[in-house]
Amino acid sequence: MPPPLAKLALEDGTVYTGRAFGATGETFGEVVFNTSMTGYQEVLTDPSYRGQIVTMTYPLIGNYGVNHEDVESRRPQVQGFIVRELSRVPSNFRAEGRLADYLAEHGIIGLEGIDTRALVRRLRVRGAMTGVLSTEDLDDLSLVHKARTAPGIVGRDLVREVVPERPFEWREGFVSPFASGVLPARPLRHHVVALDFGMKWNILRCLVQVGCRVTVLPGTATAREVLAREPDGIFLSNGPGDPAPLTYAHDTIRQLVGQKPIFGICLGHQLLGLALGAETFKLKFGHRGANQPVLHYRTQRVEITTQNHGFAVRLDNLPSDLVPTHINLNDHTLEGMRHRRWPVFSVQYHPEASAGPHDSSYLFEEFRAMME
Amino acid sequence: MPKRTDLRKILIIGSGPIVIGQACEFDYSGTQACKALREEGYTIVLVNSNPATIMTDPEMADRTYIEPLTWQVVAKVIEKERPQALLPTLGGQTGLNLAMDLARHGVLEQYRVELLGANAEVIAKAEDREQFKAAMLKIGIPVPRSGVARSLSEALAIRDEIGLPCVLRPSFTLGGTGGGIAYNRDEFADLIGRGLELSPVGEVLIEESVIGWKEFELEVMRDQADNVVIVCSIENLDPMGIHTGDSITVAPAQTLTDKDYQRMRDAAIAIIREIGVATGGSNIQFAVNPANGAMVAIEMNPRVSRSSALASKATGFPIAKIAAKLAVGYRLDELKNDITRETPACFEPTIDYVVTKVPRFNFEKFPDADPTLTTQMKSVGETMAIGRTFKESLQKALRGLETGHFGLGCDAKDLWGTPAQPDLTEIINKLTTPNAERIWYIRYAIKAGLSIDDIHQRTHIDPWFLHNIREIVEKEEELRACPGLWAASPELIRSAKQCGFSDRQLAHIWNVAETEVRRVRKALGIEPVYKLVDTCAAEFEAFTPYYYSTYEGPVACVGPTASPRDGGAAGRPAGRETFPGPYSMLEDETRPASGKDRIMILGGGPNRIGQGIEFDYCCCQAAFVLKEAGYETIMVNSNPETVSTDYDTSDHLFFEPLTAEDVLNICDRMKPKGLIVQFGGQTPLNLAKALEAAGAPIIGTSVDSIDIAEDRERFQALVHKLGLKQPANGTALDVHQAVRIARQIGYPVLVRPSYVLGGRGMEIVYDESALVRYMERAIDLSPGKPVLIDKFLESAQEVDVDCLADGRRTLIGGVMQHIEEAGIHSGDSACVVPPHSLAAEVVEEIKRQTRALAAELRVQGLMNVQFAITRDGTVYVLEVNPRASRTVPFVSKATGLPLARYAALVMTGRTLDELGLFQEPAPRHYSVKESVFPFNKFPGVDIILGPEMRSTGEVMGIDDTVAMAFAKSQLAANSPLPLSGNIYISVNDRDKRDVVPIARSLAALGYHLLSTRGTAQALRQAGITVEEVKKIQEGRPNLIDYMKNGQVALVINTPSGKGARTDEGKIRAAAVQHRVTCITTLAAAQAAVEACRALRERELSVTALQERFRGLPQ
Repeated sequence: MPPPLAKLALEDGTVYTGRAFGATGETFGEVVFNTSMTGYQEVLTDPSYRGQIVTMTYPLIGNYGVNHEDVESRRPQVQGFIVRELSRVPSNFRAEGRLADYLAEHGIIGLEGIDTRALVRRLRVRGAMTGVLSTEDLDDLSLVHKARTAPGIVGRDLVREVVPERPFEWREGFVSPFASGVLPARPLRHHVVALDFGMKWNILRCLVQVGCRVTVLPGTATAREVLAREPDGIFLSNGPGDPAPLTYAHDTIRQLVGQKPIFGICLGHQLLGLALGAETFKLKFGHRGANQPVLHYRTQRVEITTQNHGFAVRLDNLPSDLVPTHINLNDHTLEGMRHRRWPVFSVQYHPEASAGPHDSSYLFEEFRAMME
Repeated sequence: MPKRTDLRKILIIGSGPIVIGQACEFDYSGTQACKALREEGYTIVLVNSNPATIMTDPEMADRTYIEPLTWQVVAKVIEKERPQALLPTLGGQTGLNLAMDLARHGVLEQYRVELLGANAEVIAKAEDREQFKAAMLKIGIPVPRSGVARSLSEALAIRDEIGLPCVLRPSFTLGGTGGGIAYNRDEFADLIGRGLELSPVGEVLIEESVIGWKEFELEVMRDQADNVVIVCSIENLDPMGIHTGDSITVAPAQTLTDKDYQRMRDAAIAIIREIGVATGGSNIQFAVNPANGAMVAIEMNPRVSRSSALASKATGFPIAKIAAKLAVGYRLDELKNDITRETPACFEPTIDYVVTKVPRFNFEKFPDADPTLTTQMKSVGETMAIGRTFKESLQKALRGLETGHFGLGCDAKDLWGTPAQPDLTEIINKLTTPNAERIWYIRYAIKAGLSIDDIHQRTHIDPWFLHNIREIVEKEEELRACPGLWAASPELIRSAKQCGFSDRQLAHIWNVAETEVRRVRKALGIEPVYKLVDTCAAEFEAFTPYYYSTYEGPVACVGPTASPRDGGAAGRPAGRETFPGPYSMLEDETRPASGKDRIMILGGGPNRIGQGIEFDYCCCQAAFVLKEAGYETIMVNSNPETVSTDYDTSDHLFFEPLTAEDVLNICDRMKPKGLIVQFGGQTPLNLAKALEAAGAPIIGTSVDSIDIAEDRERFQALVHKLGLKQPANGTALDVHQAVRIARQIGYPVLVRPSYVLGGRGMEIVYDESALVRYMERAIDLSPGKPVLIDKFLESAQEVDVDCLADGRRTLIGGVMQHIEEAGIHSGDSACVVPPHSLAAEVVEEIKRQTRALAAELRVQGLMNVQFAITRDGTVYVLEVNPRASRTVPFVSKATGLPLARYAALVMTGRTLDELGLFQEPAPRHYSVKESVFPFNKFPGVDIILGPEMRSTGEVMGIDDTVAMAFAKSQLAANSPLPLSGNIYISVNDRDKRDVVPIARSLAALGYHLLSTRGTAQALRQAGITVEEVKKIQEGRPNLIDYMKNGQVALVINTPSGKGARTDEGKIRAAAVQHRVTCITTLAAAQAAVEACRALRERELSVTALQERFRGLPQ
């Protein structure tokens, strides 16, 4: 028996019909696309995708199955997952299961067999849109109506859905033998407190790798709670959605600047910016992929970077305390900044990669150096 | 950093003739480099011996030298032109080796020529196996265990340490020449001997076998600021042990997790940095153990390669063009991505489709060659296809091969279900031993019930590919389960199309006409959509119209929305138009008509012997000139090596298989005003009837005229009508008939089966017993098929003519006099323009007949005619091809008249008068075309020439005298003529008399003659001094020992027709192995004598085409 039909409807009135895989049911979210050709399991488990239905632009997904190593959090985080063709039989010596089963197990609806490129082009032209993915309601008009009335992503606090319930310690560096060439392991000499807004685990692995033991606190923690842990440095993690409504985080970070070295990634970078008076804005369709060229002003070298963000810090009115350090060569948006006086810096992209290139892992070494 | 201003003149070296392992991809890269650097204002000096290339067109470079590619000749060019720099990384292995030679001999230092991109140390570090290994160990990247041997004893010691099986790779050879896998001591001994001989530095790497591991390639680019990007990853479907050029390959990599892939990326970046390639592209190969992911680096090419061309076409990222710009100082982030215009070239393309490349082989031309696929490349061409799934791209690529397959089975070539269905033993054999047909045998294996695991165990092909192939077979079963086309649901047909099935396959399955499938399919609205190759998976708007077809499901629109059609026109406010009500649509990215008329040019598909770069040259010229003339050009081709598939050659590029279905689909969408089938060789011509029947607007010579030329009877009638002569002929179905016909027309006769093309199975038969033997064999092989018998015109002079006609008037482009006599395929024989020894009245008669034929066939465009002139001066018409011929680029370069360009204009309705073409070109110099053969790739194959074409490429020698032009052509063909030394002569009995004057001249020139008994006797009787040497079975030292010791400078050996296993066959094979020039016809020997004389009289000089044609209208 063929798998059940499933439909994706967008708020602009377009409907895409394909076949379901993974779970059945109905879900809504901001529909976005990711251009990475590898790393679908890392994408699925990245908490920054909370609230989003992710389309992979590469048409064949599931080829190498799923395993327990290539995860960025405890479970897949996406709201829904769309591919052109699902690979039914995985092939890789590390494969432990099939993608469809993995999604079913975690209750995530997958859609395959639609013209994903048509969808991506629509998102590019119209911008990211809210969509409804359903195996239950197959009525086009009803679905479009749902898409138009579902809440959008702007102004929503998605972070609260993904922060850890309680603090925890992280001691694990790279487990997979495949990453070892990137950052040679160092003895644990520094203590970092990481504010977790939906953190990817590879950030933690990278921090341990460069010699930091890490205490992870929920992103809702206060400055006092952070400092009480007596960190040598503070890390601000990535996370989902709009940084603007997270005013508690802005406050915390504002109090921490100048106290200890700070390093922020992605949402952490945006929050740092907001805390120090910068503004953020929503990108039309965001940057999601592993091929974004970023120029590092100091070295004048280009790094190919992994990115996953729909909001960005405005470059044109950056407060004078903040100095741009990295710029996106595709659209000239801000990719990195540092504080003029304090040991505080952040990047919009993902130097921990996973999925993606390792060109920027030096930033973890720089953070370590700041703590020495 | 901006471009360098200290450089003004840059030398680019091309890759010479097309050979196995080095094909048109280097014309593509070189042409891109010329364009890119001229755009920057540099003066470009180009050297290449191959006249069929687009890069050697006089407008591509400022100074174009069609001269032999030896370091001595290039040194002369350098001396004359004084370039400041040499770009060695775009001319394949030939260009790289030449640059190394120039460096080694101090030429670069003497004239202060800088090597751009990669200097000599870098090249050596990448190419020298030992240095490469040391570099890898230094940066901690594992390589297979190995050792380098320079002698047999060293080799044996290494073998004992590494064990068997092991891989042997001679250093500095092309396409793995001389390499192979030794499973036992005997094979090892064979391979090591040959390898040491073939390596120009006498060095062979003996390597631990990683046969069966997964094979990957990364295309890496680096700029002088040390920015490094990976342009493309390629996964070989065929595992390690099969040369990547002979493997089915897929882009991007399919079975690597991100962790696996990034580790490989890190290694590739570390490698390019350690080797020190300063700027440009490199190709790095890796092997991965499927059981545990262990990875080793196999090799690196510090230059643009075949895979780079593939990667460029697969991603849209123009590697060669960017490499050229990086070489003159630009950084990657200073260069724009042409496709998106806005974003920089410093990024890593991401693609949203699957690319499959399938190699094309020509083993049928070399029946004695071993068809097993190994580490030495044996394929002659390739086709690439793009689809949204692997299944679709594989099936498209298989029909793009043009071998009569229309996908994976379900066509006339499908053996399943026929009496010839292979049994299990045969299937298993074909799986176990890699061969050109293996992909079809995987299907048979699945149909025979073998499990995927079993097939994987036998082939080591990754199960992911095998499962996908099984899904194609499952779809086939589903189609077969449907009783007929009438019963097929739209969903079933659409799913079959999405799986890559062609209309032809569906027609085969349901036993209906292909046109019927097409009609029903279109009526159901199941039509392909065209998507863009845009480097970025639609993240940015793309401006280059480079398309592929696929089948997609519709998008429903149930509310006000912008149409997906304006997807490109970013910024238009959405929902502006009033909503017409719910509708559904297929998204297609082709551009709406611009108002200009569109002309579609059909390319030549994959290279094969007989159809190669020459046709791509013609297609590109047509695209260039029609664009200039104000048309919008559409190119359709499936060969990733070519210039025609460069996205800036035409206004719209469709990377599609050349089948009637695929071409008609494009016509439906693009509505061209005219369709050109004359330029792509036989490929588009074969489609002409079907295209015309479907209403496609073919322009130029009519399809009916093409048919007259190709149909034996209609052609005969034409020849009679014009009062011309044809060799007497007949058709025989049995031995008796054949004997009768042959007696009637007289021996010798030329016999060939009627159902094959390209001279396949053609033989010259001198007597009745040989004819009977031939007929018995032919009837045995294909009972009921007629055999064509032609009078063979012995010792006749062959002549080729290329002409241009507009339906009213005919302009002769060039008359080519062959060096070899009739009986040698015209594609294999050397020829001279203008004719050097034909009487003026004979040339006039040939021209008259050509004009008469063109007028009668109402040729509008190009036509090629082959004539034979017997000793009494009678002119016979052998063949007429109303299309661009293989010799068009050669003639154009010999005369300065760009025939293909004018032909394209004529096809759009311009007349010769309007084009100002009144005067036939009369070059002031001689041009000789010589053919180049792949014999060194097929050890043991006899190298004699015959009616079946076997050359892969050609070179050109130009000079003021025929003798010097011939000498240059031989040098360029890598069969240089000696200035002194020993010349071995041995001829068959028919030639014993005529060889005497040749031997006498050679002796008079001071060469020392060697001969075996028979010929020695004949020469002595004529009073010529000759040293007698032993034949092989006469004891030692024999001739082969002389060759091995370097004591033979030239071999003249004419065959007695007894084959490869005789002494003479072994002598010729030994000549190939020991790289001694071997001449196998007396006509060529005669030309060689004159050439030797010329070489001894004056030094070879070089002249740019621009100098030769100064003042000529271009």
